[in-house]
Amino acid sequence: MQDNKKAFYFLLIPVLLWLVMLIILPHVDLFFSSFKPNSGEDTYTLENYLIFFQDKIYWSTFLYTTAYAIGVTLLAFIVSFPVAFYLVKVISPKHAAFLMLMLLIPLWIGELVTIYGWVILLGDKGAINESLIFLGIIDTPITMLYTNFSMIIGLLYMSMLFMIIPIMTTLESLDDAQIEAASDLGASKFTIFKSIVIPHSMPGIINGSIIVFMLVIGDYLAPNILGGKSSLWFTEQIYNQFLSTFNWNQGAAFGFLLLIISSATIWAALRLSGQKLEKVEN
Amino acid sequence: MNKILLGALALSFTTGVLMAQDTLRLITWKGYVPAELKEKFEKETGIELKITYSNNEEMIAKLRATRGGGFDLAQPSQDRISFVQKKFPIYQPIDYAKVNTAQLIPSMLDAVKKNTAVDGKGYAVPMCYGTTGLIINKKEAPEAGDWSDLWNPKYTGKISYRLKRPLLIGAAFGMGEDPFSLYGDKAAYEKLIEKVTKKLIDSKKMVKNYWTSGDTQKANITSGDVVVQSGWDGIGWQLHKANADIDFVAPKSGALGWIDTYAIPKKSKNIEGAYKFINFMLKPENAAFFTNKEGYGTASLGAEKFLNDEIKANFARSFSKADIDNIKWHPPVPAGFEEIESKALERIKAAN
Repeated sequence: MQDNKKAFYFLLIPVLLWLVMLIILPHVDLFFSSFKPNSGEDTYTLENYLIFFQDKIYWSTFLYTTAYAIGVTLLAFIVSFPVAFYLVKVISPKHAAFLMLMLLIPLWIGELVTIYGWVILLGDKGAINESLIFLGIIDTPITMLYTNFSMIIGLLYMSMLFMIIPIMTTLESLDDAQIEAASDLGASKFTIFKSIVIPHSMPGIINGSIIVFMLVIGDYLAPNILGGKSSLWFTEQIYNQFLSTFNWNQGAAFGFLLLIISSATIWAALRLSGQKLEKVEN
Repeated sequence: MNKILLGALALSFTTGVLMAQDTLRLITWKGYVPAELKEKFEKETGIELKITYSNNEEMIAKLRATRGGGFDLAQPSQDRISFVQKKFPIYQPIDYAKVNTAQLIPSMLDAVKKNTAVDGKGYAVPMCYGTTGLIINKKEAPEAGDWSDLWNPKYTGKISYRLKRPLLIGAAFGMGEDPFSLYGDKAAYEKLIEKVTKKLIDSKKMVKNYWTSGDTQKANITSGDVVVQSGWDGIGWQLHKANADIDFVAPKSGALGWIDTYAIPKKSKNIEGAYKFINFMLKPENAAFFTNKEGYGTASLGAEKFLNDEIKANFARSFSKADIDNIKWHPPVPAGFEEIESKALERIKAAN
């Protein structure tokens, strides 16, 4: 028992070091610098935060980003739910394991590479346009790359898996007998879906939505590489504050605003849908 | 057995120490150290080069985060040194006695010394120069040739540019203004940028895309989707080599001239190596090798006789005598101006 305790503390050290040095300390530093003026004076001010509300360009970009993030989350649900249902309830577990592996592969390659993969696929002279022209379906290439469409595809692709897995987990605990019983009692497929499958997998859906929303609203690569001439993402404004104007204090304030407002959005969504975070965690 | 192991261990330690002394960590732009020159330098001096590719903004941010450490030599543009140095001291003054100034074009050296001066000390050595202007498909748009063609309705849907500060400045020249003359008057400059922003927002629907990487830029014009686009001369000439219809054109209202330099970060661990590298790269035959390969002009005196005809033809084709006299060289950016520009660029990008 004594040894166990020692091992516990010994193994705790790297975790604590990681947390404190790489996550907590930088955040504390950013937090304080977000209240300092860019002039370098040693005073504290709220100005960095107030500018966000005073300048239309900042809050309107934030609203735009949030609206798109909510949209992508919704799309991710629509695309992912059938996939999860198919993997858990329709095919045999052996095949499901193989398909799951296929789904995981893009995650191993890394976001940047998969995004460049989409550039190759969606371009005016990309694989999709070329094959459509070859098949004679279209004459001139459809502009897909560098539009909001390609941006959404990229965001969806990178975040979909994080919706599929939580939904799968909740669906696995759904007893098939329940569906069969409902069917025997004459319920239509739609009713079964609406009254049994969806309510049962709700915690998984909420869980997945939170992850997807956070991933999408904080993403930088997809909007930048795949986005069009009007897709200004809020993360890009944070980047600009750090790199173009060298105003790290302003950038830090924007970073915290992103954290606070997106957390508040999730909280509001949980309240509106009548869900509780504790329930989701179970 | 033990002896061999010990020997191997000792050997690896000594080589480790030697490596630390004999490396030069360089942060630079892509293409600024051709592989052949890297190999030659390493052979001549025994110093191993470690290269990190970057751009002006990232260079400053990285050096600021480390307070001037992490790299032994950097390559910022000459107009982005003095205001940065005044605010966050990340460089050290250049000891011009250690630079082989005899192999530099005197006027360029003097200009860089003056433009990068803080408290009377120069902070950079010129390396190469080039201009920002237009890359044009001359078959599709034979008459295009000025910044104002970036909002010429004739080329609607076939225009592209990089949405960064040189574009705002080029556009201002295209509107008949002189932004550089307003560098001393922040309020007037802000007003001018306001005007430029409005122009670019109004004409946004004519733009196909804003290019952000060299790959997009090249794909844009080689595919024929874009016929007028902003770009650097070196890239334009590279494209000309592959397709004679495409070429760099100096805008009538003035190409924007830039000079990229060598500057030594404050905490450089290999100052001697840094000077060795500067002197090596600016040796006429090496500088000419760089120019022949990348197309950018060099600050090296006497490199001209090593340049091949194609490079000379490039300059002759794109710059008449009047164009050269009309190049607008970037003066040092005053503090706080990039904030105005950054906000303008965000507004343009967010507009519909």
